[in-house]
Amino acid sequence: MKQKPRLVVIGHGMAAARTLEHLMAIAPGRHDITVIGAEPLPGYNRILLSPVLAGELGKEELKLQDSDWYAQHGIRLRLGRKAVAIARGPRSVKLDDGEHVPYDKLLLATGSRPIRLPIEGANLEGVVTYRDLADTEAMIAASARHKHAVVIGGGLLGLEAANGLKSRGMEVDVVHLMPWVMERQLDREAASVVQRRLEARGIRFHLGYETLSVEGVDGHATAVAVRPRDTQEPVRLAADLVVMAVGIRPDTALAEAAGLRADRGIVVDDTLQTYDPRIYAVGECVRHRGTSYGLVQPLYDMAKVCATHLAGVGSHYYAGSVTSTHLKVTGIDVFSAGDFADSPRRQSQVLHDAANGVYRRLVIEDDRLVGGVLVGDSAGSGRYSELIRSKASIARMRRELMFLR
Amino acid sequence: MGASDGGEVRSTCPYCGVGCGVRIAHAAGQITGVTGDEKHPANFGKLCSKGLALPRTLSKSTRLLHPQVRPSRGAAAGRVTWDAALDHVADKFARCIADHGPDSVAFYISGQLLTEDYYVFNKLAKGLIGTNNVDTNSRLCMSSAVAGYKATLGADAPPACYDDLDHAACYFIAGSNMAFAHPVLYRRLEESRARRPGTKLVVVDPRRTDTAADADLHLPIAPGTDVALFNAMLHVLLGERRIDRDYIDLCTEGFAALEREVEPCTPEWAAAICEVPAADIVQAARWFADGPTLSLYCQGLNQSSHGTDKNAALVNLHLATGQIGRPGAGPFSLTGQPNAMGGREVGGMANLLSAHRDLSNPEHRAEVARLWGLDSVPAKRGKTAVELFDALAEGSVRCVWIACTNPAQSMPDQALVRAALERAEMVVLQDCYGDIETARFADVLLPASTWGEKDGTVTNSERRISRVRPVIAAPGEARADWEIASDFARRLGPRLGRDATKLFPYVKAADVFAEHCESTRGRDLDITGLSYALLDARGPQQWPFPEGATQGRERLYADGRFPTATGRARFHVASYQPTAESPTAEHPMRLTTGRLRDQWHGMSRTGRAAALFNHEPEPRLSVNPRDLEERGLDDGDLVRVSGPRGAILLRAQASTEVRPGDLFLPMHWGGRFLAGGGINALTTRAVDPFSFQPELKHAIAQVERATLPHALLALGSVADPDLALAALAPLLDRFDYASCGLAGSDTAAVVLRAASAEAIDPALLAEIDAIFGFTLERGALSSFEDPGSGVSRIARKLGVRLAAVRLLGDSTGADWLLELVTGGRSIANLGYQLLAPTAQAPGGGTSRGRILCTCLDVAESQVVAGIAAGQDLGQLQASLKCGTGCGSCVPALKRLCAARTAEAIAA
Repeated sequence: MKQKPRLVVIGHGMAAARTLEHLMAIAPGRHDITVIGAEPLPGYNRILLSPVLAGELGKEELKLQDSDWYAQHGIRLRLGRKAVAIARGPRSVKLDDGEHVPYDKLLLATGSRPIRLPIEGANLEGVVTYRDLADTEAMIAASARHKHAVVIGGGLLGLEAANGLKSRGMEVDVVHLMPWVMERQLDREAASVVQRRLEARGIRFHLGYETLSVEGVDGHATAVAVRPRDTQEPVRLAADLVVMAVGIRPDTALAEAAGLRADRGIVVDDTLQTYDPRIYAVGECVRHRGTSYGLVQPLYDMAKVCATHLAGVGSHYYAGSVTSTHLKVTGIDVFSAGDFADSPRRQSQVLHDAANGVYRRLVIEDDRLVGGVLVGDSAGSGRYSELIRSKASIARMRRELMFLR
Repeated sequence: MGASDGGEVRSTCPYCGVGCGVRIAHAAGQITGVTGDEKHPANFGKLCSKGLALPRTLSKSTRLLHPQVRPSRGAAAGRVTWDAALDHVADKFARCIADHGPDSVAFYISGQLLTEDYYVFNKLAKGLIGTNNVDTNSRLCMSSAVAGYKATLGADAPPACYDDLDHAACYFIAGSNMAFAHPVLYRRLEESRARRPGTKLVVVDPRRTDTAADADLHLPIAPGTDVALFNAMLHVLLGERRIDRDYIDLCTEGFAALEREVEPCTPEWAAAICEVPAADIVQAARWFADGPTLSLYCQGLNQSSHGTDKNAALVNLHLATGQIGRPGAGPFSLTGQPNAMGGREVGGMANLLSAHRDLSNPEHRAEVARLWGLDSVPAKRGKTAVELFDALAEGSVRCVWIACTNPAQSMPDQALVRAALERAEMVVLQDCYGDIETARFADVLLPASTWGEKDGTVTNSERRISRVRPVIAAPGEARADWEIASDFARRLGPRLGRDATKLFPYVKAADVFAEHCESTRGRDLDITGLSYALLDARGPQQWPFPEGATQGRERLYADGRFPTATGRARFHVASYQPTAESPTAEHPMRLTTGRLRDQWHGMSRTGRAAALFNHEPEPRLSVNPRDLEERGLDDGDLVRVSGPRGAILLRAQASTEVRPGDLFLPMHWGGRFLAGGGINALTTRAVDPFSFQPELKHAIAQVERATLPHALLALGSVADPDLALAALAPLLDRFDYASCGLAGSDTAAVVLRAASAEAIDPALLAEIDAIFGFTLERGALSSFEDPGSGVSRIARKLGVRLAAVRLLGDSTGADWLLELVTGGRSIANLGYQLLAPTAQAPGGGTSRGRILCTCLDVAESQVVAGIAAGQDLGQLQASLKCGTGCGSCVPALKRLCAARTAEAIAA
């Protein structure tokens, strides 16, 4: 019997897990599969880290698949093991314990790394990033001992960290360089709805503030020095815990060392293939048509396409994702999709329902829906995503568009 | 004055000429309830929807509370004292009279004034100033009926009485939608018919009204062709020898000439003119002759350029068949106003003198002068209503004093009327309300007391004089109308070099009434036997009631003697003549006007009660579906109705009640409620040559689509609906189409419907937002904006209730939104779906739709559901209670039940 082609997967996050799920659905048993994961756990749902931080979920509820799912599908797991090099000539991956794992096809799903601000005190004890379960557990532990937390970064992760820490009883300040929170996903008005809801829970915001340094005593953080942009007067915020949630950077170190083309992400084509035909890449580590993604939906889109090509039945192409995100920001229903920047050719439908904390904006260009921001109530989000993706005319449903359910 | 600590006072309803007795409950200086007076012979305890809603009309916020003088036209009126106001007017009137003669001033008063008010105004004009320029809105209402009676019977006296409704075998209703206009009498007619099967109801009306739908025979004649019909009926009666030759010979004169006149008037001839089957004309004539026949008629005969002929031609039928002066028979003119009768009794019109005396009769003039202690009273006929405004427009009358009426709403050809008011050197408006259409033209505003505050008497359609009694104190400095006129007269006298204190010595209303009674001595309406004391002790009385009498006369002319020179009634020879205007290529349709069930006249009273809007929420033009289809129009489309004098825009309503080629507009909507000056922008000032009554019932018109893409609908409960309406009124004309009104019952909502060809001016929108409270409490607002398609929806919440909504561009959902506002249901679980443009309310719940029963607040949809479940009228009344209040909706209920039965038979 001919030996099955060997597929090695580096990374065991959501992109890897989702690709394998699709692959098992399309072509179970086609490959001999090995998964190498640096974290000691099987793939877990990173989206649910925030509920864990907020104490709403236990960490056992993060699992993407039961461990026996892998066994059932004959997938070998090498967890707690780190891939340190790819030898493209001999087609093998070297692990941190020296083992060489040979491949016929390689899937890179190395994800991204959180950015740590290059400021004084960034490495003091009590300064953490917010990326994985370990970070989450560190924050939970800190919240039990400390009173004051400063979250640097008012993006989605920053707000979720702030909310989690607040619900664990800490005093929380959010420092954000931009004029409003979640500026990538929200327009100013939507952001202010979110901000007001969080302020109502006691979280303080410092918008348009840059972070100068973290100050510490005995190697442990005690305060963060911040300053409103355009002014000279720094302000000190007490901080036993400093969470840096200022963005992520695709993890391309391994790929680049192997000579794969990378440019702020491992460059892939529309089949998720890298410059090496045997090597594919999916998830936050890739750069596709000049874009990297940090949200879950594009990652799922990539996984689906990539799986078909790995299965040898590739007929789908990945043409990029409509960035749509549908999430609970700290219990507030938030949906953001497509492009909602103002332009002369664009028209907006806007709904305000202040008493119910609802703000909804849909952006229309040439009778097509191109973007939307929904806060407080995301009814219709699935249909909006579909309308944005399909570019179907909304001319005949414009009247009811905002009220889809 | 009624006791301030509460109780109940008997008085008379201020609406139509039925003159129903009411019991007014009051407490702590407020009127708390109105019920029918079961002892009053006009209504025996019944009231109509309008009467029952009286307590809801007593808004004080737009009352005139103090005399005001406007420094210049368009400026705000400033408060002055009574002394300053009346002296100011007296100076101006005196100067005008000195410079231009007594006929340069005029008084335009009202059939809603009490007899005492009328008496003093009449004496002020004719006695003190020496002009007959005192005319009233009765000119628009009953003057053709008066002229018709006088031309035939010799006096302005309805010969029949309400009791005749219980004796007639044939009711011949012509030009009256009695079910809407005189509901309490119509209830009596319905009950009488139910008790006495076999009675016939014939209705002559171009429109299939609720009254017509009840008829055994409906003759939907072409507008204005009544004389042709009546003459043809007489032709039939002659041919079939159904006339009463004995009566004709003994009691009448002039029949031969009439016989010659109607000789060619065959049913076939009339059928072609009237556009009804000849056989129906024959049938109507036969039933009429069988009798006893009671004719009941109103504005359809009166508001006509040949109204006197129409009235007289109908009286001819009664005389020719002897159907008069006996129970159940007679030509019975239904009076439109509560006291048009009383006004004529005191002679308060430009062509009348006190106590039915004739202006042209020198003896009569001498009698009146003697009664008043004067050398003479003027002989020259004064300006009748239409003439008066013509004279103001051309400048021969310079000052006008308007009391208790609203000519800037009610007069025909509004463009001319408004120009006349603008041209006038001085317009004095004496009224209880400061927000009526005429108010903006007034230089001087004088606050009058009103129903519930006034003391006096009124006379109803059956010649019955009832007391009107005060219950509460007039607000502010408001005074009784007669008192204002009397005070003014005493100030004007010296300025004219006359002592007026003797002419106007009255201290109380009873003093005026006593003088009026004395003036009737020996006249047909002799009431020298009446006094307030007698009326208070023995209740309402019919005239005549001469000194020494113990009761009035129920029916007139029972003895066959008439108040003419010969004692005989006169046949009036009238030949059919068409309406003043005939359709043209440019204006091919015939516009008729009439009443709604729950509104009265210009709505200055009923327009303040939200519940009275529910039956007909907005001004709509009834158009036959065929005519709509020919124009590519649908039910509910906005249309432009244009005629030779103007145009207005409003919504069209498909209606098989109107004949193809005819249109119908309710008369009530004036400039306060409808942009474009209200419906009288279209009506004609052509008048009857004898009665001078204008042809308000007929004008030619065209209907076409109005394309107004920028629509606005605002509705909301506001702190003071009356003030909100007053604030909206001046904004209406800034839209191409706009109408406003009220809705709801206990929770009143103000509603504005508007549309324009161009985008709505943001400044105008801001003014409207302020009225509906959208500028307050921004936190309580929900909004949906789609500027790209011109759509905007804003809702204002009050806790868990919807307080107000403003819809721009698309008013889908207005029905259920309005019901949320007025129904008070919680909107907590609707969230922003409240703003969804859906025909059905989100989360289920159906819109109730049109309210059929105003008293019990029952919707047509509920009735239809009941009928579908197999209920008949009695069961509907038991389960839904509809039609158990005033009963005004019973004809409509019967019609719905009958339609269902017809369907069942067809199926």
